[in-house]
Amino acid sequence: MDYLYFPGCTLYTKAKNFDQTARNCSRLLGFELKEMKNWTCCGAAFPLATDNLMALLPPSRILATAREEGTVLTTLCAVCFNVIKRTNRLIQEDGEKRDKINNFIEKNYQGDLQVLHYLEILKKEIGFYQLKEKVRKPLEGLKAAAYYGCMLLRPFEEMRFDDKENPKLFEEFLEALGTQAVEFPYKIECCGSFQSVGSPDVATECAYKILGSAIKNGAEAMVSTCPMCTFNIDHKQADIKQKYLDFKPIPVFYFTQLLGMAMGLDPQALGFDQNAVDPMPLLKEKGFL
Amino acid sequence: MKKRLGVFICHCGVNIAGTVDVKSVAEKIGKIEDVAHSTDYIYMCSDPGQQIIRDAIREKSLDGVVVACCSPSMHENTFRKAVRSQGMNPYLCEIANIREQCSWVHQKEKEEATQKAEEIIQATLEKVRKNDPLEAISVAINRRVLVIGGGIAGITASLDLAEGGYEVILLEREEALGGHMAQLSRTFPDLDPAFSGLHLKALEVEKHPKIHLYCYSELEEVKGYVGNFELILRKKATSVNEKKCTGCGLCIENCPVEFASVFERGMGMRKAIDTLYPSSVPNKPVIHREHCRFFIDGSCHRCEEVCPEKAIDFKQEDERILEKVGAIVVATGYELYPKEKLGEYGYGEISDVIDGIAFERMISPNGPTKGKIIRPSDGKVPKEMVFIQCVASRDPDRYMPYCSRICCMYTAKHATIYKEQVPDGQPYIFYMDVRSDCKGYEEFLQKTIEEKGLLYLRGRVSKVFQDDGRVRVLGVDTLTGKMVEVAADMVVLATAMIPSDGVKDLAAKLRATVDRHGFLTEAHIKLYPVESSTKGIYLAGCGQSPKDISDTVSQASATASKIQALLSTDKLLQDPLIAFVDEGICSGCGICVEICPYEAREMEPHRGISVVHSALCQGCGACIASCPNNACELRNASANQVIRMLDTFI
Repeated sequence: MDYLYFPGCTLYTKAKNFDQTARNCSRLLGFELKEMKNWTCCGAAFPLATDNLMALLPPSRILATAREEGTVLTTLCAVCFNVIKRTNRLIQEDGEKRDKINNFIEKNYQGDLQVLHYLEILKKEIGFYQLKEKVRKPLEGLKAAAYYGCMLLRPFEEMRFDDKENPKLFEEFLEALGTQAVEFPYKIECCGSFQSVGSPDVATECAYKILGSAIKNGAEAMVSTCPMCTFNIDHKQADIKQKYLDFKPIPVFYFTQLLGMAMGLDPQALGFDQNAVDPMPLLKEKGFL
Repeated sequence: MKKRLGVFICHCGVNIAGTVDVKSVAEKIGKIEDVAHSTDYIYMCSDPGQQIIRDAIREKSLDGVVVACCSPSMHENTFRKAVRSQGMNPYLCEIANIREQCSWVHQKEKEEATQKAEEIIQATLEKVRKNDPLEAISVAINRRVLVIGGGIAGITASLDLAEGGYEVILLEREEALGGHMAQLSRTFPDLDPAFSGLHLKALEVEKHPKIHLYCYSELEEVKGYVGNFELILRKKATSVNEKKCTGCGLCIENCPVEFASVFERGMGMRKAIDTLYPSSVPNKPVIHREHCRFFIDGSCHRCEEVCPEKAIDFKQEDERILEKVGAIVVATGYELYPKEKLGEYGYGEISDVIDGIAFERMISPNGPTKGKIIRPSDGKVPKEMVFIQCVASRDPDRYMPYCSRICCMYTAKHATIYKEQVPDGQPYIFYMDVRSDCKGYEEFLQKTIEEKGLLYLRGRVSKVFQDDGRVRVLGVDTLTGKMVEVAADMVVLATAMIPSDGVKDLAAKLRATVDRHGFLTEAHIKLYPVESSTKGIYLAGCGQSPKDISDTVSQASATASKIQALLSTDKLLQDPLIAFVDEGICSGCGICVEICPYEAREMEPHRGISVVHSALCQGCGACIASCPNNACELRNASANQVIRMLDTFI
């Protein structure tokens, strides 16, 4: 089965490696990510004001357009996933807003699209047990910390991704790849998000707490589902290093990069050159290259 | 022969007369053929008002009365008493509600309101024309009481009733009396030891000749109605002959099996044969068969061997006991919201995060640590203590919307006791706002804050997790607007009070109602706070709503005095406005038997018809609506009467 796919802006720019590895992994797993037509920016934030319908137009337009092509829409970026899934739920449940939005975008979308994150497809459609059997090069000996961030999980009532306080889905995925998933208390804390623009120190501090906690619990690498989080916890490590001299940087992977490694994709095709902290020394040390 | 009717229209000050033209209504009604007397007065319910009615009945020899006034729930009784004093049957007096159902809702439409008032009175006249004189139904009453639950509420109610001379059956599902109060260390605001006072009361219960105490027992079945409940109790097998046992404790000393004690909140161990707690009342041990080696594989007889009284009885079986009572007190108490369900506080997986009752056990001299405050994980004395209030309370989105009422005060008490024991320790208290609204509470609170150096932080905690052997607490202080992070040694959660396990099933057996959280509902929150909406069922303690010991004891005493009033006569009078069956029409289909919510309808097999149990019937009318043959009618609200009433409006 092929899945209709919404990449989102970042996956065409800063997170090309995320996009490419996901597409390549899909082929090896027996399905195709079919990029939807005429997609736009998702809006990048679900509006906090209940009457801010304007902010709901981009995701609504995406959903309505996607529905013309299929019934399931998948995303990789956790922020896009959050915005699109919540908009979809709002369209399903609030008839008045649905009519207003449809009137404006000149569509007739009823919310009958299923929005899934790529990890959910791996879990629900393929199954982690089956995934484990398809792994060609298990990443044995790698201690990786699954970092969820906020967007996959919250608000719990709307996202229904996994347990709101102690999710396990991401760890189960990492264990299917053969890695040793590291538990750490900051796995669902905020990365600092857009604070990295206005108050970079705040974001650096958030990232330091998350990374420090993971390292203290034995992590050799972090795994992320989100370009925003990755920017803060990967690219910010240089700033952290300046402030905390004894901080030892660790690589941050997109989960699809590790999936690609385990599926036996050529390491050259995994886009490690886009990672801020160079993962090559670690991968060599572990004997994966 | 036509009846001679009287109509009395009340002004209710300006409440009615300000909208309805009472004079013209009285005049018009007075012209109706069978109305022998029609008048109005400023306050009919006042003494002179009632005198007008009494005089008219005598002078005009009336044989039916309509009072047009407020709702019958206000003054129906008043006027029925007034007519009875003149020898008229009280059920020939009816209320026409022209206040709530007319003048109050039509204040801007005076003409229409006047017309409507007239129609309401005419309809009521139709009813009175066909009313039968009725007598109250008299039911014999059993003057014994069942009290369910042997905590401080049940103990208090039982003692009050027994002292009043009534026989009490006290039922407790645990092995001994005391409930949660037996687990407490000291009580706020005076810091008195909780156990000694409770112990004295429990001993009084045990010795009282009027109280029959059944511990380790449950209520299996209830039948009947107020004044005449029939019960089946199940006394679970304790495997110890309580008549022979002297409570010497040799069996407990010699028992080789230990398991985690629920009473000690899992922090202490108990034996397979044991009492609920040291010097419990009754002080007789019980064998827990699921842990006892004799019952698992027959490999151990130690208790039997050492018992000097030969009291161990492995063959003992559950006993079913039949009892009859006239009233039932439900004092089933509370449980704390399980911390295993609280993700933000670690799902109960962090051993140094405990709840309020576990901390009570810790600071109790007879508790698992002999009163010493130590970390469950490594036995060290905690130097940084965090207390979190409103855990799962006042959180309508995720947990319980209500305030659990006791947490503010017991947290202040906990922190005070901690500070007494660990003077160099620092307690932090996260709170939403501190509620201290009873006698001596605010003074206690202020004293503890000022003298003990407690650090109150106004804000919630977002997360608690294990970190480097300590418990890291992330929270916020909303007064400074700063995030707060505490590396604590121990955390005490003031978790919400919830109704104890099994209350819903018990309520269903008793036909009592519970609210959406499972608390038993009272008949009226202000006016009938200790009665349940089912007659004969009374409430006491935290099964009804969260409350502290003072309130629980007050409520239990209130319940006991209400029951004493109920049982003070040997006959119970009941409203005769109930269903009856036209035996010539009833086909015995049995639909009414199934539909009756009060089990008041039953089939009489030899006549093949359905009958009404007059003491059980509440006159709800369900059977009347469901009868396919129109064989059921309600006394003084027959189909004929209702149709005539409707006709006046159409």
